[in-house]
Formats: sequence, C-alpha cells, structure tokens
Amino acid sequence: MKLNLKIWRQKDATSKGQMVEYPLKGIEEDMSFLEMLDVLNEQLINKGEEPIEFDHDCREGICGTCSMQINGQPHGPDRLITVCQLHMRSFNDGDTIVIEPFRAKAFPVIKDLIVDRSAFDRIQQAGGFVSVNTSGNTLDANAIPIGKDIADTAFNSATCIGCGACVAACKNASAMLFTSAKVSQFALLPQGQVEATERVQNMVRQMDIEGFGNCTNTGACEVECPKGISLENIARMNKEYYKASLKG
Amino acid sequence: MLITRFYSIFVPLNTQLMSALIKSSLARKVVMALSGLFLVFFLGQHFVINVTSVIAPDTFNSWSHFMGYNPLVQYVLQPILILGVIVHFVMGFMLELQNRAARGGVKYASYKGSANASWISRNMLISGAVVLAFLGLHFYDFWFPEMTYKYFGDNPENATRYLEETVHKFEPIWRTVLYIISFVLLALHLLHGFASSFQTMGVNNKYSSAIKTFTKVYAIAIPLGFILIAIYHHLNPITH
Repeated sequence: MKLNLKIWRQKDATSKGQMVEYPLKGIEEDMSFLEMLDVLNEQLINKGEEPIEFDHDCREGICGTCSMQINGQPHGPDRLITVCQLHMRSFNDGDTIVIEPFRAKAFPVIKDLIVDRSAFDRIQQAGGFVSVNTSGNTLDANAIPIGKDIADTAFNSATCIGCGACVAACKNASAMLFTSAKVSQFALLPQGQVEATERVQNMVRQMDIEGFGNCTNTGACEVECPKGISLENIARMNKEYYKASLKG
Repeated sequence: MLITRFYSIFVPLNTQLMSALIKSSLARKVVMALSGLFLVFFLGQHFVINVTSVIAPDTFNSWSHFMGYNPLVQYVLQPILILGVIVHFVMGFMLELQNRAARGGVKYASYKGSANASWISRNMLISGAVVLAFLGLHFYDFWFPEMTYKYFGDNPENATRYLEETVHKFEPIWRTVLYIISFVLLALHLLHGFASSFQTMGVNNKYSSAIKTFTKVYAIAIPLGFILIAIYHHLNPITH
C-alpha cells in the first residue's frame, strides 16, 4: 500500500505544533496501524530524523494509551477498538490519513501524538475506590451475594480503560462517560455504598476542576468508546449526583 | 420556633444548591433540562389554544381573552415563562462558551462529527438561535401590540378581537414562511432536546424507549401543527 500521512508534530508541551506530510510506501494491509507507524519511524531514524512519538503499551487493545485521532475519529474509522487493533486493511491504497493527538484543554499535548491524560487519574483518585479493611479481617468480596444482572452491569462499567476516546470524540470535550463509568462500577455494588455520597460529588467536582466540557447528550462518546461503555452510565451518575446533593 | 426551624433547614439547603448551581456542571445541565421541559410543556398548551383558532374561533377568542386578562396568567405565569426562556438561553450560551473552551486552543485538522453524532445534537446552538430570533419576531407581532393595547392608552376590553388580529398577521407570505422555517428548526431542537432532558435528569431505564418515542412524536407533531395552522390562516384571510 502507498499512503500519504499527515501527522501532527510538536517538539514539546510548550512548542507550537504543525501538521507534517509523510509519503509512505510498502505497507501491508495486515499490519496494524501502530506497526505502520513503526515502519515510518524506522525510516525516519535511518534518515537521521526525529521519530514520531506515540504512546503504546500492551498492543492488545486494553491499555488505552494510544490517544490518536485518525481521519477525524478517535482510534480511527472502526468501532470498539483502540489504534493497535486498527488494521491497514481499513484503508485504501493511495489514501491520505490525518493523524493527530486527542484534543482537549484537559489533555495537553506532551509531544507529537502523546497527550497527558493524568486528569483522568486525578478524577479516579478523587473517589474511584472503595475503602477496605486490610487489618487481617478482610471479608472475601464473594461472601456478599450480588445478582448476576447487577454484577454484569457493574462489570461492563468497569471495562472502561480510561483511554480518553470519549473526550476526544465529544464536541464539548466532556469526560462524563469516563467519570460515570467509574462512578457506576461502584454505585451498582454493595461495596460501593458506604462512600457513595462523597464519591460522586468528589469525582464530578474534580472533573469540573480539570476543565472538561459539559455533556450535551450527543452520544458521540458511546459510539467511539472502544469498550462500548453505554450512556446509561451518565444517567446513573446524574441520578447518583442529585441523590448525593440532596443528602448534602 | 417554626420559622427558625424552617430557616435552619431551607437557607443552608438553598445556599448549597445555589453554590452547586454556579460550580457544578451537572447542576447547570439540570437547569437546562428543567427549563427546557417547562418550555416544552408551555408549547403544548400554546398549541392547544392555537388549534381552536382553526376549529372553534369563538373558543379561541374566549381562551385568548382569559389568558390576556387573568391576573394569575398575566402577573405570575407570564413572568415565569419569560424567565424560563431567559434562563434556558443564558445557560445554553454559557455552557456553549465553556464547552468551546474545554476543547482547547488547537482545533482538530480533521474532525468527523457526523461519524458518531447526529447533526441535530451537534448544532443545538444554531437551532436554538433561530428559535430565539423567532421569539423576537413573535413578540414583535403579538406580545408588544398586546401589551400596548392593554396597558398603554385607553383601550376597552374586547373579547372578540383575537382571532382577527391573529389571522391578519399571516396575510403576508414572508411572515408565514418565516414562521414555517422557525418551526422546522424548533422541531429539530426538540428532537434532540426533549429526550435529552430525561437523560440529563438521570432517567435511562426500561421506560426510556417509550419516552424517546413520545418525545420524537411530540417534537414533530407540535411544530407541524403550528405550521399547518399558519398555512391555514394564510390561505383563509378574514375579509370584511
């Protein structure tokens, strides 16, 4: 395959970036998108140029570090995948592919295609946990009976990998799908009830502090989420938040 | 004692809610949703009265007269309605500014919004702005003349004037066309906004698909009804 790549290059967090064109030949359609970038980087290194920085870890679709907007969509045109699972067969020979970092005020670009998603970590730290007694008398979680439907729903929420595609897709750069998934996975289970009131308030407060936008229910986040996290989570978080606000 | 107790509960709660309103994104969304639902409810009531202008002109005159001279409607409900419009608009505009700021300084070189969300849901500001501009025209057409008639000058109460005044407004084709365009945009606004307000209020359960169907039917039927009424009056002018 022959491709024309337009890639965002930015030296560091404070420099101004720009789109740079890279013609690329010899790409096989069975390569993953990241392997295609590996090929390009190898060529750049051989030419003595600075390789394109991009985040990747597991290359199995679960680390969620890739943070790339490909042809105007987070993680590219296919559904329910991250960039490492996107294959070049999803493109045509001769295509121009635009590759940019996720854009949001709360996700500043560190270099090239790498963004700082630590805002998500801080939201999680604000309440995305349960306090467990680890003094030696810890109860086995399985000792508490939980209905399968609820367990499944909580587990679905917990599959959020915090990749940030929801923020990248949302025209408002809202982080409500992420935050709501993290609230939901605890709100649904008995272990999460003790801290339910503070959790949702603290996490929403942190979400606002980080500078994410407001949800306008366009549903773009749900469509682009590689793990299929549903908008039901946002409704659940809203309900939890109102309940908590009224309790004080 | 009772008053002290009332204040000890109500004032902190109220202060807390007000402070949450200013600070919390979710509280701002609730304000958008509730004011929107209130305006949707008002629209239905307005529509019911307008229907009578076609099927029962006398009823239209008497209901319009009641709405125009009933103190509860005039001095309580009317200010609440105007406040509802202002709150919905101001909050919508504020949220839009915050949302644009949240996207950050650098825009996507390529952004395919249509790949994952409908045009309607992404352009509520456009449809909302058209509806707001329409409200300006609507106030100019009906509200200002009505206020002038009632509160300035020495005009007598006349319970039979409303139908003729209304029909007369739809004689020019340009106004009828502007009303039609505005109602199409209103339908688009409601198609996303009405169902969306339930999601914001935390309703996403087994009733959601029924709610979505109802809101879609409402969003299309009510503006379409207004359009048909405007066309009917344009085609059937009152001549003496």
